Amino acid sequence: MNLSRPARIALRTAAGLGFAAIYLPLLLVLLGSLNPDRSASWPPPGLTLDWWAAAWDNEGARAALWTSVQAGLAATAVALVLGTLIAFAVQRYSFFGREAVSFAVVLPIALPGIVTGIALNSAFSTVLEPLGVGLGMFTVVVGHATFCIVVVFNNVVARLRRLPGSYEEAAMDLGAHTFRVFWDITFPLLRSALLAGGLLAFALSFDEIVVTTFTAGPGVQTLPVWIFNNMTRPQQAPVVNVVAAALVLLSVIPIYAAQRLSSDTPGGGRV
Amino acid sequence: MTALSPGLSPESATRAAGPGRSAVRRFAGALHRRPRLRLAALLTAPLLWLVLAYLGSLAALFLSAFWSTDTFTSEVVRIWTSQNFEELVSSPVYRTVALRTVGVALAVTALCVVIAFPLAFYTARVAHPRRRPLFVVALLMPLWAGYLVKVYAWRLILSEGGPLDWALRPLGLSGPGYGLTATVVVLTYLWLPYMVLPIHTALAQLPDNLLNASADLGAKSWRTFVSVVLPMVWPAVAAGSVFTFSLSLGDYITVQIVGGKTQLIGNLVYSNVTLNLPLAAALGTVPVAVIVVYLLAVRRSGALRSL
Repeated sequence: MNLSRPARIALRTAAGLGFAAIYLPLLLVLLGSLNPDRSASWPPPGLTLDWWAAAWDNEGARAALWTSVQAGLAATAVALVLGTLIAFAVQRYSFFGREAVSFAVVLPIALPGIVTGIALNSAFSTVLEPLGVGLGMFTVVVGHATFCIVVVFNNVVARLRRLPGSYEEAAMDLGAHTFRVFWDITFPLLRSALLAGGLLAFALSFDEIVVTTFTAGPGVQTLPVWIFNNMTRPQQAPVVNVVAAALVLLSVIPIYAAQRLSSDTPGGGRV
Repeated sequence: MTALSPGLSPESATRAAGPGRSAVRRFAGALHRRPRLRLAALLTAPLLWLVLAYLGSLAALFLSAFWSTDTFTSEVVRIWTSQNFEELVSSPVYRTVALRTVGVALAVTALCVVIAFPLAFYTARVAHPRRRPLFVVALLMPLWAGYLVKVYAWRLILSEGGPLDWALRPLGLSGPGYGLTATVVVLTYLWLPYMVLPIHTALAQLPDNLLNASADLGAKSWRTFVSVVLPMVWPAVAAGSVFTFSLSLGDYITVQIVGGKTQLIGNLVYSNVTLNLPLAAALGTVPVAVIVVYLLAVRRSGALRSL
């Protein structure tokens, strides 16, 4: 599109401002974690890495990180299996209620987290607790997996749509049975889509606070819940700063991985 | 032990595996001949999960919106009543909060569009093609930085004597502090990537020859923008707005952290959960109903297909 010079300059300025607005808050968090002053006064009187060491020794933060990782991995595993199954059913078969199924998969992230949260909370406490299963890690994983299914589903459906059926047919002609075809042909072709979906599911679970609040028992504290509980405590301010800064830095990893995953050709042999 | 092991190796191992393998093969063959059975095998587990764990509890929740609570014991009384909904409609407090929530969601959506459009336009069409992938990464990055981290960043920025006050002091001004304005600003910041990315994708996919044709026919850039670009990008804007609108509608954490005394629907739901679950459930139907209406309105633009 041929833009006039002023239009070009205006757009460049607006985009520059937009990027500044996106990144300044994140930079301030990084800077805040180096602030030697406990009350995080502004501007910082100097820079120090002491709080990073202190945060590393903080039992609560470390335990919360570990809980988040466990919950994220378990929820991702469940979502990978269930999401892939539904993706195959929806993409490869036409059946009564197919639209309803794909709608039901999207619903958990389309509805507000608090509605999902209280629905799961009241269901768990009326059905599971009498059976002796209290709110805890198990219920957190169930809650997280429910809204993670959709990202795996979306990734796998998109990949299946682009997969040529001829590879599978060729394998069958050569005498491979259903499972053999899946394991040797379909799965390798899906692998990067599964990785991308799994990555997103893990990130979604790792970041979730609302559903966690309602499905975790008093003993289970994920990292977001820990941050939320400690955010308003002046005593913990430096450690919260460091945890937040560390999360900003860590967010580069999934970006890099996602970029690598999406760059390989869909349905290409090299995965 | 060593004397025994040769007897167990290759030959007997293959013999042992032989029937097992053919059983797998037979099972695979049986599945192959019965597509209905295959479909059932694929759908059983996920449907059980979704229906039992999710749709079941949702249905139970909406059912409980028609129950009431014993004011003395906070126990749920399972007698059918529309009392919660009557309270919802008649109480001026709930009406104000509901309207405020919809207003906040609309404001956040509008702000997101206004900020996202130039950003997406620059990165998708103006920036040097070789630098575009880098810009896409730059647009994606904040999406991964985490909800609470971002709200926390703004809590620091907006705090009394914080960076914003410090930057505005030479001008004789001060930041908005915690409150409704802060809520709108932070929600806009949080959901901005959900608006930028679909618009960016739509703009990047816009075929060049359409723009060239428009220029050939004598249209200036503004005319091309309004008559060609906007109609093509509109579904993406609508798709992005589904996220920004519905995420704002249900939020209560941001409001708790930077909202000061502001209350949105989410906060009312949250504060009623333990004491009066039926009322919380009834309040929860409000954002759900608004979202459903919004989805139906947006569906006509074809936005849902590009979600």
